[in-house]
Amino acid sequence: MKNKKSKQELENIALNVREHIIKMATDGGCFIGASLSCADLLVYLYSNFLNVNKSNLKDNNRDYFFLSKGHDVPALYGTFAELGILEKERLKNHLKTNDFIYWHPNVKVPGIEFHSGSLGHLLSVSGGVALDCKLKNQDNKVVVVLGDGECNEGSIWEASLVIAAHKLDNLIAVIDRNHFQANIQTEELIPIEPLDEKFKAFGWNVYSCNGHDFDDMDKTFSSIIQNGKPSVVIADTVRGRGLPSIEARADRWFCNFTHKEIEQLINELHTKEKTNLESETLIVR
Amino acid sequence: MNYEEILISIAEKNKNVIIITAENRAAIRNLPSKLQNQFVDVGISEQTMIGMAAGLALRGRIPVVHALSTFLTMRAFEFIRTDAGIGNLPVKLIGAVAGFLSEANGPTHQAIEDISLMRGIPPMQVFAPSDEDDLVIMLPEIINSPNPSYVRYTNLKADVEHNKDFKIGKAEAIAEGEDITILTYGTLFKEALAAAEILRSKDKSVGIINLRSLKPIDHETIENICTKSNLIVTLEDHFITGGFFSILSELLVLKRINSRVFPIALNNKWFKPALLQDVLEYEGFTGEAIAEKIIKHEQEKHIATEYFY
Repeated sequence: MKNKKSKQELENIALNVREHIIKMATDGGCFIGASLSCADLLVYLYSNFLNVNKSNLKDNNRDYFFLSKGHDVPALYGTFAELGILEKERLKNHLKTNDFIYWHPNVKVPGIEFHSGSLGHLLSVSGGVALDCKLKNQDNKVVVVLGDGECNEGSIWEASLVIAAHKLDNLIAVIDRNHFQANIQTEELIPIEPLDEKFKAFGWNVYSCNGHDFDDMDKTFSSIIQNGKPSVVIADTVRGRGLPSIEARADRWFCNFTHKEIEQLINELHTKEKTNLESETLIVR
Repeated sequence: MNYEEILISIAEKNKNVIIITAENRAAIRNLPSKLQNQFVDVGISEQTMIGMAAGLALRGRIPVVHALSTFLTMRAFEFIRTDAGIGNLPVKLIGAVAGFLSEANGPTHQAIEDISLMRGIPPMQVFAPSDEDDLVIMLPEIINSPNPSYVRYTNLKADVEHNKDFKIGKAEAIAEGEDITILTYGTLFKEALAAAEILRSKDKSVGIINLRSLKPIDHETIENICTKSNLIVTLEDHFITGGFFSILSELLVLKRINSRVFPIALNNKWFKPALLQDVLEYEGFTGEAIAEKIIKHEQEKHIATEYFY
């Protein structure tokens, strides 16, 4: 990877991405909590790890990125907008029928490799892409972001077995370990720990990092080896990261704030002064 | 040429074709050694198989997915619908032992709602060759088409020489008949031929259509027959709901054609598990039993109310 961005640059981009996310949490709203937890990961991956950018989106040699937990796509739209893959103007089309920018990814949005929304799909889809790259002796990386709640799905574990059996060491799964699934903490509902040991037992290389610390992400992703095994990075994150008033709150999963609250939340993003939120919690989506 | 040979021939000509299976190798035992890297076995993992097929298709491959029909179309249904369907990817699903071909396996293996499920997916094409020769004729066109497709696999040996000219959306007219026309697909094509012989011996003029392509359906041929033939018989080893009888009913209503239609299908129950010939006899789907049902229907002007439950 040439021209790696500095930690400061990444932090600035991530701050802008969070602003984009917050702005999407009104007039219908979005899954803000999960979007904020994976924002730093996406900024890091697209800025300093993946060989994919606005000029090689259709190139056969690009690295592939899949967002399996599709509901956090505002973080991806925000990242694309900041890196010039998607026109910033189009973010204003969020939830409008004149565009394809809604609660889950659509391939008609530049940069989106495949749609998702139904959990447990894109690990196997990534496996197919990784298999083809292997069969053609290409060295593209295939990175897929999974949710920790998503690991409830049997298809994740089925695909994990198959990907390991086919020795797809060009595939990296990243788990946004924000400790929540929709309404409940993962360990309260269907405990998934020890997650690292599960993947080890399934034949994967296992790494962990702080999903909000760019130095730690860089150290971890740079150390990934290709030894005939696929790799998983368990990235420890905080749901709602960046907004103390919603961080790690079970009831702030999907949010639809008022315009005034959005203004206050953007202020909170920069000042960390908690907003007094009056909007409804626990919206059914 | 048989099924394996046509797959090998297609895959050798087009290196983008890749065969995937969920360890259902009975009909494709020679493919791993012949096709090498163009053959992938994912083990007993139908969902992962479809997800991977979608990923391969994203890279420009044409995945031909061979697996047992029930587990392919039902265990992996949401993967087919969501990944191949919404993505409109050229994933080709070949469902084995569908309909009566599951023989003595029992209801777990009886794919008799497969056509109903697959045709409900917007871009999905649905095909049902009558025997292995028919399958071999149809496959190249199906694999070359850009749409996701479901094919009801069969290894039955052919009794007739089929029209080699297969087009997606075209049926094969075997015979024309003014009194009765039997429209059928797959395994029961042979029984339709036998039933027609019996009916002809009773001085009936009997037509037979091998439907081949169920979606898109050959509406021109069917419309023509339904206006010319006095009695239309739909014959299928599928539940009465969602299969060809449903397709025909929808077509006739839309076209405002008032034909006399007699459906012969599985009536809201799984069939008795046994060897194929015994299943046909027990369930009343032999040529003789079919001819008898048709004669009874003609005589009594019987309306098949047993299908309304």
